[in-house]
Amino acid sequence: MTHDFDTLVIGAGLAGLRAAIEASRHGSVAVITKLYPTRSHSGAAQGGIGAALGNEEPDSPEWHFYDTTKGSDFLGDQDVIQVMCEDAIRTIVELEHLGVPFSRTPEGKIAQRRFGGHTREFGAAPVRRACYSADRTGHAILFALYEQSELQGVTFFPEFQVLDIVIENGRCSGAIALHLKTGELHVFIARATLVASGGYGRIFKTTSNAIASTGDCLSILFNRGIPLEDMEFFQFHPTGLYGLGILITEGARGEGGILLNDKGERFMERYAPTIKDLAPRDMVSRAIMTEIREGRGIGGRDYVHLDLRHVDRKIIEERLPEISTFCKIYMGIDPGEKPIPVLPTAHYAMGGVPTDVDGRVLKDEKGAVVEGLYAAGECACVSVHGANRLGCNSLLDTVVFGRRAGMAIGSFIKQADKGTIAAGEVDTVKDGIDALLNRKNGEQAGAVRSAFQALMMDKCSVYRNEADLADLIQELRPYRERAGRLGIKDKGKTFNTELLEAIELGHLINLGEAIAGSALQREESRGAHSREDYPGRDDNAWLKHTFAFKTERGIDFRFKPVTVTRFQPVERKY
Amino acid sequence: MTEQYIFRIRRFDPEKDTAPRWDEFRLEMDPAQRVLDGLITIKDESDGSLTFRRSCAHGVCGSCAMKINGRNGLACQTLIKDVPLAGDSTIVLEPLPALPVIKDLVVDMEPFFAKNQEVAPYLINKETPPERERLQSPEDQQKILQSITCIMCGSCTSSCPSFWADKEYLGPSALLKAYRFIFDTRDRAVDERLESVTRLHGLWRCHSVFNCVEVCPKEIDITGHIAKLKRLAVKKKLG
Repeated sequence: MTHDFDTLVIGAGLAGLRAAIEASRHGSVAVITKLYPTRSHSGAAQGGIGAALGNEEPDSPEWHFYDTTKGSDFLGDQDVIQVMCEDAIRTIVELEHLGVPFSRTPEGKIAQRRFGGHTREFGAAPVRRACYSADRTGHAILFALYEQSELQGVTFFPEFQVLDIVIENGRCSGAIALHLKTGELHVFIARATLVASGGYGRIFKTTSNAIASTGDCLSILFNRGIPLEDMEFFQFHPTGLYGLGILITEGARGEGGILLNDKGERFMERYAPTIKDLAPRDMVSRAIMTEIREGRGIGGRDYVHLDLRHVDRKIIEERLPEISTFCKIYMGIDPGEKPIPVLPTAHYAMGGVPTDVDGRVLKDEKGAVVEGLYAAGECACVSVHGANRLGCNSLLDTVVFGRRAGMAIGSFIKQADKGTIAAGEVDTVKDGIDALLNRKNGEQAGAVRSAFQALMMDKCSVYRNEADLADLIQELRPYRERAGRLGIKDKGKTFNTELLEAIELGHLINLGEAIAGSALQREESRGAHSREDYPGRDDNAWLKHTFAFKTERGIDFRFKPVTVTRFQPVERKY
Repeated sequence: MTEQYIFRIRRFDPEKDTAPRWDEFRLEMDPAQRVLDGLITIKDESDGSLTFRRSCAHGVCGSCAMKINGRNGLACQTLIKDVPLAGDSTIVLEPLPALPVIKDLVVDMEPFFAKNQEVAPYLINKETPPERERLQSPEDQQKILQSITCIMCGSCTSSCPSFWADKEYLGPSALLKAYRFIFDTRDRAVDERLESVTRLHGLWRCHSVFNCVEVCPKEIDITGHIAKLKRLAVKKKLG
């Protein structure tokens, strides 16, 4: 079946929906998602969305700009960071008007709380900048944007798995997707295609990411010759629930929670004396891992405690209800009475498909664009997060740049012709599926996936070194081959999730190779990328973005300078 | 510490089966693991064709709602030790009731989501917006606080006897959605929405059976919210 729309949006999280609302003012919009729209992983975001509203205490977009740049370990492009921070206040007010139920101050304004790396006066002290809806901020925004998309007449195609994005002669003409319910292939032809397919934390064994967060579209674009930028920077969130990786929001520390080691020490005092437990995520993650490595994990084990016992129970109940429930259900712990066992968990991909400030996808490090192709949100790298993203800037990124991409699409589709998708493209996709289904024997995806995730976790997580990365790159080859030989027991067309998982595994390994390769290239430590063999930041050699290109010989790397406008790189201290 | 459990799962593949069948899988599991972990283990290690939805795995997306030992709930939020076992360590899993089965534990959610569309599930306010946020007091927000936590997993509506009897009935989830906007002080379409929920297959089909409250994974007092809607509807009619 073939569908014809002015704009095709792939992904129904915050970035895709915000772009869809905008693009729908200029033409017809289809949104395809492999889940139902309200089930996108954006809905799991807990703590908040950043904006210098100044509702609780004085704040300014300039301080937000500074914090984001410093948080990024100066790898973020300052021209786009400035755009995001200056647009933040308008963005939050607009979300409120669209119906987002933000938590309120006693005067009825949007309430704000503290978060890691948010400071006043260029690092002087913590500031309340995070706008929130209890600890369900992502859920609250996701639902409002979905509801408003419906009101705008956006057409949704739920439970459609994208199998290919068609780019020919530098022009994107749409996508080919599998309707899970029927097993039929659908072709979506559009003047403009926006990829907003989210993150890929499922590369790692312990992650806060949803099982659906497998980076399919990034991998498809990588295979299609589009580069991936800054893939070595993968953020570990310091406080994942031990053993499960479920996120415990930074808002818990924002409301007064502190981290303790086995000796009962508030160890962050040693690592970030000014803002302590509210240091940026990369620093807190390394601090926790160092405490554990030096034998100060709780009872000698590999976790530390997040202590909320001294926090007013009313605050826990009103502002952190969701995480209290998680603790009770999964650990049998009441956080008002017992400390929470936590360990860093793979959380957010700073890297992704390179875009300009209006979401246009770049096909090289010099800035050439792919006509008709846009990206926004976690899958994109407009580079506001650099080497380490500050909490609350991911939601802001999705809505600011989702809207901008939607506006750019609005003007593009006025003058753009429709591309075509040749029957041969569809046949190639169909042949790929048939080959998978027709194979008589082979391994099940699950076993290969678990071993792959454990390997990535072991050799390429919070700390890295050359020996591990070189090993990892060697070891990933057989994984790629195993993923190419999977057997699928389910031969049916109806809702074939076994087929889906086999396809997703191929994408995970493809992206794993890009991460490992990029991490081996970067011989310095910066933000989330921490090389034991190169412990210092090296601005002379490495103040630049990594662009990984997939070629027939393997991955090629090229580099692009970081845009520095306002704040010169300095040593990062808190 | 692991124990032996039997996962007894209702299966149905429309391309092979004329009627549902049952499969049993023996699993070694830690009682602190989730029901979803068991399903994933079966899919990864013994039967890749076992079909179920899942995504967030911690109770925020609503994908894995199903019937677990007779009671609707989320497989990712139900620990093995918390499943009321029938004494023989058997965990019976079935698709959500009253919705068409697509395959195994996957039901067609379209009829469920379509109900929401009937109540204009979006904030409507055509007044020129102020420069800054519309003010809303914490007390006013308190009124919608529970209703905004709904994840639309479908557990409530598919456990409702009124919905079983009348497929045109809006059901608890859509009524809760109507409540969420009717009681939001920023919304201006209260009358239209009240009209749509008080029609024949609406509000008055709720007989306060409380099944929805019992199964809601977010512990929302859905019946209580519907009761408030009923009171408002009566008040508006009288006034």
